[in-house]
Parts: sequence; C-alpha cells; structure tokens
Amino acid sequence: MAIPLVYNIRSVRERWASSLVAVLGIAGVVAVFVATLALAKGFRSAMVESGSPDTVLIRRAGSNSEMESGVDLDQVKIIADAPEIVRDSGGVPYSSAEVVVIAAFRHRKSDADALAQVRGVTERALETRSAVTVAEGRFFRPGLPELVVGRNAEEMYVGLELGSRVKFGGQDWEVVGVLDAGGSALDSEIWCDASILQQTYDRPQNIFSSVTARLNNMGDLEAFKDRLTSDPRLTVQVESERDYYRKQSRLLLSLITFLGGLVSLIMALGAVFGALNVLLASVVSRLRELATMRALGFSPAALVLSMIFESLFVSFIGGLLGCIAIYPLNGLTTSTLNFQTFSQVAFDFMVTPTLMAVGLVFALGMGFVGGLLPSIRAARVPVASALREL
Amino acid sequence: MKFLPLILKGLLRKKVRALLTLGSFFLALFLFGLLAAIQLAFLAGIEIAGADRLVLINRVSLIQPLPISYKERILQVDGVEAVSFATWFGGYYKEQKNFFANFAVDTDTYLEMYGEFDIPDDQWEAFKKDREGCIVGKFTADRFGWKMGDRIPITGTIWTGTWEFNIRGIYAGRDEVADETQFWFHYDYLEERRPWGKGTVGWYMVKLSDPERAPEIAKAIDERFANSPFETKTETEKAFNTGFARQMANIQLIILSVGGVVFFTLLLVTGSTMSMSVRERTGEFAVMKTLGFTDVSILLLVLSESLAFALVGGSAGLFAAKAMMPLLSKLSAGLLPIFLLSWSSFGLGLVAAVLVGLAAGAIPAVLAMRLRIVDALRRI
Repeated sequence: MAIPLVYNIRSVRERWASSLVAVLGIAGVVAVFVATLALAKGFRSAMVESGSPDTVLIRRAGSNSEMESGVDLDQVKIIADAPEIVRDSGGVPYSSAEVVVIAAFRHRKSDADALAQVRGVTERALETRSAVTVAEGRFFRPGLPELVVGRNAEEMYVGLELGSRVKFGGQDWEVVGVLDAGGSALDSEIWCDASILQQTYDRPQNIFSSVTARLNNMGDLEAFKDRLTSDPRLTVQVESERDYYRKQSRLLLSLITFLGGLVSLIMALGAVFGALNVLLASVVSRLRELATMRALGFSPAALVLSMIFESLFVSFIGGLLGCIAIYPLNGLTTSTLNFQTFSQVAFDFMVTPTLMAVGLVFALGMGFVGGLLPSIRAARVPVASALREL
Repeated sequence: MKFLPLILKGLLRKKVRALLTLGSFFLALFLFGLLAAIQLAFLAGIEIAGADRLVLINRVSLIQPLPISYKERILQVDGVEAVSFATWFGGYYKEQKNFFANFAVDTDTYLEMYGEFDIPDDQWEAFKKDREGCIVGKFTADRFGWKMGDRIPITGTIWTGTWEFNIRGIYAGRDEVADETQFWFHYDYLEERRPWGKGTVGWYMVKLSDPERAPEIAKAIDERFANSPFETKTETEKAFNTGFARQMANIQLIILSVGGVVFFTLLLVTGSTMSMSVRERTGEFAVMKTLGFTDVSILLLVLSESLAFALVGGSAGLFAAKAMMPLLSKLSAGLLPIFLLSWSSFGLGLVAAVLVGLAAGAIPAVLAMRLRIVDALRRI
C-alpha cells in the first residue's frame, strides 16, 4: 500500500526552515539555467530570423562577412539579370546592391563608443526584403544625408532619435525614419543612401559589399547558385540570408552555450549536494516515524517512493520559484558585440514556456538524484532498534 | 591547538553530512574560480595594456584605414618616442572556424613597441630577412601543430587567395596574462601582393616618453589631423581595450549575479547544516559547559568547525579550478585569448569562503553559547 502524499507535504511544511534551504538552492540554479537558455534563444532568433525566407545574399567568394566582401558594378548587373530573381510589373528585378561599413556611436547604457553596422542602400533594399518596414517617419530621400535607423539602434545609441542630427564620418546626418525588422539583427543597423556613404567613407562609387536578391521560390536556390558560380565573369558565393546569419552568430552562440552550460552544471551539482544534505537530515531526524510506518505494514518500496516524491515535490517548488523569479527578464533587450560582424547586435531575452518547462524538468532531475540516497536510507530503517530508541 | 582533536571529532560526527558540506564549498569555489577566469578572459586586454602606449585609429571606425604617411607626422609630435603600425589581415588556416588574430606589422618597430612578448633575437633576425616569414604565438602554434621552419597556407578573407608564410619564430608572453595567440607577418609582403588598399595601415601604436602626458599628447595628435580626409582618434591602449570590453555586454554584472546566487545558496546550506549539528549536540554542549568550558570557547568551537569546512572545501575547489584552466583554454579553441585564475582572484575566493563560513556558523554558534545548562539538560 502506498503512503498518502499528504504525509510528505505535511512533513515538508513541518520542517519548513530546512525545506526552504533546499527550495531556494534549486530555485537559484533553475533561474541561472533558464536565463542562459533565454539568452541563447533570444540571440539565435534575432540573428537567424534576420533573413527573410525568400532572399539570398551574394558576396565575393572567400569573404567571411559582408564587410570583407566586395562586388563591383559590372558584377551587380550580371547578377540582376539572373532569371531566378523576382521582377516587378515593370520588369525590374528585386535585387539590391549594398555597402556595409561600421561606425562608432555613443552607447547609451555603457556610455562608451560602440560599433554599429551602417548599410548604404537604395530604396530597392526595402522592397527586396519583405520583413522590413518603415515604422515611423519616412525612408531617406536619395542624394541627401539622411538616416533611417533600426528600432533597437534608436534605443541603443545617443543621438539617433527620430528628427535629431548626428555627425559621423565628417558628415552631418538627419534621422528621418525608424525601421522595424521584427526584432532581428537588422533592427540594430543604420541605413542611408549608398552613394553618400561611399563618398563619406572615401570608397569607390562602383564597388559594393554585397547584393541581396529575392528569388521566385527557394527551390531555385541551387540553380541560381550554379548559374552565378559557374559564370566566369563572377567570383561570388551565394547563400540564403538565413544561412548567412546563422553562420554570423555561430561563434558567439557557442560561447554562450559553452559557458552557460558549464556554470549551470556545476551549480546543479552544488544544489544536489544541498538537497541531499537537507533530505538526509530530515530522514535521520524522523527515523522513529519511519520505523513506525514499517511496523504498520508499509513496504520498503512504499517508503522509497514516498521519500522520492517528497524530494520531487521540494524541487518542483524550487523550480517553479526559479522560473517565476527569472520571468521578468522576458522581453528585456540587451546588446553585445558580435565579433564575427564586429558590430553591436541587440536582442531580447526570450523566456518561453518551453524553456521554463525545460527548467522544471531540470529541477525534477536534481530532486530525483538528491532524493535517491535518502529514500534508500529511509527504507533500510531497522524497525526494532529504531523503535526501541527514545 | 589542544582543541583540535575535539573540532575534528565534531566535524566527522556525521561523515556523509561532512562530505556534502565540504562538497558544497568545493563546488561553489570551483565555480568562483571559473567565473573569475572568464571575467579575466574578457577583460584581459585592460590588464595587460601598456600605460605608455597610445592607439591611433581612424575617427570614423576601426575598419577604416589611415595613410602610411602619418607615421612621420606622428613622430614629429612632442613627447612621442616611437611609432609602429599594423594592418588586420583576417585570414584563416584551412577552415573558416580556424580563426585567429593575424596582422601585417612594421618589422622595424613592432617588437620594441611590445616589451611583453619574448622572442629570441636570432628568430627575429631570421624573420626580418625573410619577406614571407612570420612570427606566431605559442598558443596558436600548438593549436595547429606548427613548428619552426614550416611553410603554411593562410586563406585571406579581405585580400582573398592563399598566402604562404614561413614560420621564422615562435613567441611566448613574458607574464602569464600575455596574449599568445597572435600571428605577425611583413607589412611589405602584404603591400606587395594586395590589389587594393595600398599605402594604408589599419592602426598606429605610439610609445610615449612620459606616460603622464598621455591625454595631452593624444589631443595634440588628433588636432594635427583634424579636418583632413583621415581624422584620427587617439586613446591610451587601456581606454581602447576598455571600450572593447564594454561592448561585450555587462560581463561583470552577469558574473556578480551568478556569484551572488551561488554564495547565498551556500550560506543557507552551510547555515542549516551547522544549526542541525548544533541542535543534535545540545546535550553534549550542556555537559561540556557543566565540565567548565566557557561560553566563548563553545562559540569558538562551533565557529571553527564551520571555518574548517570553508577552508578545506574552498581551497580544494580553487585548486581544482586552477588545474582545469589548460583544459578550458583548449576547449574554447581560441574563442577567448586566455583562461587563467590569477592568485589575487584565488585569494579573493578564499576570503569569500571564510566569510561565508563565519556567517553560516554565527547563529548556531551564538545559540550554543547562550545555551543554559539547566534548560538543555532538562530536555534530555
């Protein structure tokens, strides 16, 4: 016969002080664990979802990022002629040659200069990317030193508010619009007219960093890739935008996962030690109680089950508490330097229900490991001698 | 000292519990060691920055080049002792993931600029004579298994194609925080082969005769190039590196909050263990007091038990963390330049452990001290 669960809940309440120790220990670990996962998740989705699903990025072969790449005007024209690219009603292809550089702006939070990615484009850039829209103000007028800034860039840097003027590269710029790219890395960028940017940065007018194009359908990607890479006039590599951003985030992501995983693992071991300590003490202090139950006819197996349940119960409460404590982080925007693109990316902590469930499972795992030893100890109580004691 | 056996007996009354408490301290301080090493890895640049060096970059941003003609003009500024320059190459070895810091340097001036790198004179001479020669840090050489005299292909990303280099020297850092991952080659070789960007450099390093005058000299240099097509931004190396570290989000805050959670938990666990053990021994303490032990000696007895856990478990954890460092460096494969637990962090960890030990033992110790013999003995 099983021991009623109420017994365990009552005994946890009876020893509330030491139970609290175990609960808080596990809550701390789960909080750190879920926070790490939320950070990695937020970063991954900001980067990977930066790519519109149907767009491709063309760079010079061998370059790691857009910043290192260079594609000249002749090549841009050849690329735009490819039949796989979507055309508008006038027959003009949706392809956009862009210049990517970085510039230093004052970071609001750290009050130090931080590097932002600046993208020189034409109006075509917006039409090519279905996921990016102008949220406030308007798009810049060609030929004028005007900026459209990503939502996160506006918040991150001093002087990029809509309507304000800012100086960089020896040029005065006016912020005329705010872009919404759905929380992706493009939201951390600053856009302006390509030819003005080339002048400002003293770059030749006919060399671009990359070409972004929208394809009729992604099934054409291989054909498109083959066409461009086999063309002797071109030395380019073709990737879907998603793949490009996935690669750009790989290094930082593996760093977050590696360090966060290591820290959580060690903390979890520590919490198991703490829970073990508390549970063992609680078993030892009620040896007589347990012996009495054995004498009443409960089997050793029932005692094991009961003790494990108690441990799981404690760790569940701890896990729940940890999740609740970390939930306010959800949606919090933070930014970091991505050393693959050499510029700041803003992203949100994403505490999703799945991550919290993972945190709870993690807590239950700790509870199970921590409860095993004490439960066996409880089951092996020698009935006669334990009852004989005072 | 004569109480030592008594303390030891008290510690080992419950072996499992003693082990678990020791284990908690061990893990907490092990984690502390790791966090301290991570923090150092991110902030290493700041610690090793030379106080007498300035870094000069294009005002627009680091990736914009500066003309090579600036070298002579910087040298003319009062207080400047030496000038050197370098250009970021951004190449990789075989696969893109084999990324490391490689740049073209001015072979005449680079070494004297950086006294923290140790390299035999004959190797440096051999490097200077070989136009395709290179010098590589010990960590990177070990990572890719390069040896002296090897000819290695590096794939360029900014200036594409395969570039071959002969390894003419392997440098080591003079102290343990020095960056041993870098790869240097001849600026002249880059200049000769690259199709574009000729006549420019990535950044200048400036050595000062008097570090005290750094702000003033930095300003003088920037003023010299103001309103030219290539305006400059000059900072001390420390400020430059701090700027970089700051961009890596707030590492300090993350480490402090994780560390805080861990220590708070540890405090709870140890505190509850100690109070359990004191509660169980109420009778014993009463008897000891009856025998003539003073209140203070009971207090000290309990406190030293808790301290002993902290010291033994804590230092074991710190030593284990220190032993882990080479493995971590290997695992992170050049993501972070160094993994190192400095002795000052080691000391700090130990102090923190002792404080936690004292705090956790305090309440039970005071309870034991205040114990009234009559009450305690009646309870039995």
